[in-house]
Amino acid sequence: MSFYLPSVRSVAFLLALSTPMAGLFAGQALAAAPVKVAIKGFAFVPQIVTVAPGTTVTWTNADEDPHTVVANDKGFRSAAMDTDDSYSFTFTKPGDYAYFCSLHPHMTGKVVVK
Amino acid sequence: MFDHHHHDHDLDESGLSRRGLLTRCAGWAGTAALYTMAGGVASSMSIDAALAAKPIMGKTKPFTFLQISDTHLGFDKPANPNTRATALEAVAKIKALAQKPDLILHTGDITHLSKDEQFDDAKQILSDLGTPIFYVPGEHDFLDEGGGKTFLAHYGQNTLGTGWYSFDHNGVHFVALNNVANLKPGGMAHIGDDQLAWLKKDLAGLSSSTPIVVFAHIPLWTVYEEWGWGTDDSAQALGFLRRFGSVTVLNGHIHQVLQKVDGNINFHSARSTAYPQPAPGAAPSPGPLKVPTEQLPSMLGIRTATFTRGTAPIALIDSTLA
Repeated sequence: MSFYLPSVRSVAFLLALSTPMAGLFAGQALAAAPVKVAIKGFAFVPQIVTVAPGTTVTWTNADEDPHTVVANDKGFRSAAMDTDDSYSFTFTKPGDYAYFCSLHPHMTGKVVVK
Repeated sequence: MFDHHHHDHDLDESGLSRRGLLTRCAGWAGTAALYTMAGGVASSMSIDAALAAKPIMGKTKPFTFLQISDTHLGFDKPANPNTRATALEAVAKIKALAQKPDLILHTGDITHLSKDEQFDDAKQILSDLGTPIFYVPGEHDFLDEGGGKTFLAHYGQNTLGTGWYSFDHNGVHFVALNNVANLKPGGMAHIGDDQLAWLKKDLAGLSSSTPIVVFAHIPLWTVYEEWGWGTDDSAQALGFLRRFGSVTVLNGHIHQVLQKVDGNINFHSARSTAYPQPAPGAAPSPGPLKVPTEQLPSMLGIRTATFTRGTAPIALIDSTLA
């Protein structure tokens, strides 16, 4: 298998230069630019983020009330975040990840990984 | 300074007599909780003795009780950098009351961040009152890693599930509900099937003439859905309560006095002792409302409740810390 790797990498490199599809081929090296979500005014901002596999999403609480980030399917879960506290999670697999604040459940958000 | 919610003030002073806080047959949860909370008041009375005591169903006696809410101990942001001081002011105000309340209900958000030291501080501040205090948790009391374990370690003794219970006093049946546990994505506050099943059973044996006081942190009526100010499954709970002639539902959470009447059910939200919040929809979001320092005491407060008799509405007086 390793015999073929150099050529695959070359293709990925060329694609990276020429097409926005690069992330699909290039893996984490190109996909891992971190994404930030603010928790502000009892809302996740932006409410929906679309990221490539391998991306780390960081939520930071700008409110004076504590909030949490909890996956609807419990796949990830932050501790309660006081003002200025952050929580990060790295999404490795494609899919839709709906989440909410378990203290104020009307606050919902989604991470789309593709 | 005072908001009078009810005009019913024909209190029979001669009928006021303080008697022991006895529970009826289902009082096994409330009795123990009471004596746990009551400090020295009734500590010499065993649970067995309380259970053996004559039930007082159907016999009501006038008394006063008090509601305190949203002390948020540990909060130190600009809306109120010293929530400890305002909680102490509330305590001083309660101690100065001419009629000492028989009991106090704390409708949650005792602490801001569910920390042990914040619960300890609350105990230290409130124990000075020398009056039995009955607690329900707010979401701020249930945000520890254990999902409420810290609250329950402090206040959960002899309660059920996530901390619900009931007790009786002078013929009035008090029900403490937790509607801040296991909340669902996209929803509001939640009582949950286990607690609802217990509530149905708890109320089943009571005569419809029994005055009921329900207390929970988040409103049991939908104040403002966009801010989550309501309870998803409250309709079921209210369904169990409709047959009673007098139901008073007390809550905190929204840090302001609001009320609603629905048949025989009277809903009332109370002020916080820590900081105000905007009126529903009056701001882009809920949260601590910053007001000029000199204005703050007029937006904080406590509530006195006077029960007179039978199905007459319980008279509530909200007084500010101004």
